[in-house]
Amino acid sequence: MAIQVNGVSKAFGGTPVLDDVSIDVGSGELTALLGPSGGGKSTLLRVIAGLEVPDRGTVVISGVDSTRMSPQQRQVGFVFQHYAAFKHLTVFKNIAFGLQIRKRPRAEIKRRVHELLELVHLEQLAHRYPAQLSGGQRQRMALARALAVEPEVLLLDEPFGALDAQVRKELRTWLRRLHDEVHVTTVFVTHDQEEAMDVADRIVVLAGGRVEQVGSPTEIYENPANAFVMGFLGAVTTVGGRLVRPHDVEISTTPAAGSVAATINRIVRLGFEERIEMSGPDGEIMAQVLRGGAEQMRVTGGDMVWIRPRDDARTLEPAR
Amino acid sequence: MAKYSLRVITLGYLAFLLILPVGLIGWRTFADGLSPVIDALTSDDAVHAFRVTLIVAVWAVLLNTVFGVGAALLLVRGRIPGKRLLSALIDLPLAVSPVIVGLALILVYGSFEPIGRWFGDRGVQIIFAVPGMVLATVFVSLPLVVRAIVPVLQEMGNEQEQAAHTLGAGRWATFWRITIPGIRWALAYGVVLCLARALGEYGAVAVVSGRVVGQTQTATLFVEERYQNFDTVSAYATATALALIAIVALLIAKLLDRGALKRSEKH
Repeated sequence: MAIQVNGVSKAFGGTPVLDDVSIDVGSGELTALLGPSGGGKSTLLRVIAGLEVPDRGTVVISGVDSTRMSPQQRQVGFVFQHYAAFKHLTVFKNIAFGLQIRKRPRAEIKRRVHELLELVHLEQLAHRYPAQLSGGQRQRMALARALAVEPEVLLLDEPFGALDAQVRKELRTWLRRLHDEVHVTTVFVTHDQEEAMDVADRIVVLAGGRVEQVGSPTEIYENPANAFVMGFLGAVTTVGGRLVRPHDVEISTTPAAGSVAATINRIVRLGFEERIEMSGPDGEIMAQVLRGGAEQMRVTGGDMVWIRPRDDARTLEPAR
Repeated sequence: MAKYSLRVITLGYLAFLLILPVGLIGWRTFADGLSPVIDALTSDDAVHAFRVTLIVAVWAVLLNTVFGVGAALLLVRGRIPGKRLLSALIDLPLAVSPVIVGLALILVYGSFEPIGRWFGDRGVQIIFAVPGMVLATVFVSLPLVVRAIVPVLQEMGNEQEQAAHTLGAGRWATFWRITIPGIRWALAYGVVLCLARALGEYGAVAVVSGRVVGQTQTATLFVEERYQNFDTVSAYATATALALIAIVALLIAKLLDRGALKRSEKH
């Protein structure tokens, strides 16, 4: 195990932020800490980095109990949401910082920084200052800076949170590819479930300072442990008193076993899929079908239909 | 209309209170040409007075720079109770009259007071000597460096410092490589302001120095003493020299402030 967090609790001024959290992160894995804001995921990451000291519990990094170690002793790379670029240093010197602190020979620093500049595609900008870079470029610089010291683990705190949607998508694909190249154990914090599912090997869902579920993206999406996780990972709707994903709602023009009646309010066409909005005994119900699905069933707004969860669909009881 | 009257009032106010008096001193100084001015400024007493001023000012700036950076870090980054009290204490010298500062220092460090005697027994005279004048100057210029740095430290935040820690830098390396470069413009601004204040200090220094001509007389005390002795040429020449130094210092401070502003806009 690269990182073992055991029974960590942390409170700020009496408000508990982490409550008995335990997670294991395997060597070379890319793990997402996913959850709503205020759920404790950033605090957990900062506890792993040594930027916060837990009230209780231990943090073991590569087999060494690091709970009381300062950040500079831990061999972790940390990337901040707002980059934390050293504003008075050029891109080159930002990336070289950790190596200079370690008093590496000048030639080695130069070689290593150029490798990293190539890795993050910033070769042309080595002598610019952070103020002259775009957000995405600054974040790639921050990533190179963290990787320069060859950390045991790489920790990223909402790394793409401050970027616009387009750059965000590019960077996360790029991060995934980078991880496949470099293979450093990586933990990143995000509140965006799509980002977590897109990038991570494993997802830890954190809410209210507790671990709600740990698993692969597919496991967590297909087999959510509870209503909260199900709702957080994707859209849900209620059919016959059960929570179900909208794409698992079966619509029929004739009644069948276990189906309930509903009236179609509106059919919205969203590119390759259609969203059928209905009202029934459970209130507002939403179903997702492929493009042309409503036409094939010969249904339209105002029609009465029969709906039920698909046979193989995972359904849950709603949270009380 | 209101716009113009405001301008007239502001300019008139400045003209009568600032431009006219300072300008007149300059004009009077050079009324008899350059050579009496040079003679006055190169007299033994004048040179000595400027030297004392310089020594006192350099020490005061040095001490206040170290203290100022430390106090600003404590105020912004420290997790200590009573921060507001500390902040208020630092501003106190702005409110207290320099004469009171001087008297208070004599009460503590005078040769007949316990602390003053303790130093005296070890051969260190504080009051009526340079150490006391440095103390007085430090006191009156105490808030200048702190107040220049605090807002910049606040705006900078501590993420850069945390990033340096995770990259293996200890506290000391982080301070020199990240914190100080981050506040350098504000620090320079505060230092120049502090220097200008220290060069011009009169009241507190007058009380603690004993005004011994040729020994503890600073340039400002020299101006006053020459004027009282009807040596107006020396008094005006020295006053003009001090005013010029102050103006240059203020210009430098303004440039530094602009530099800092431009840099922060760029980021």
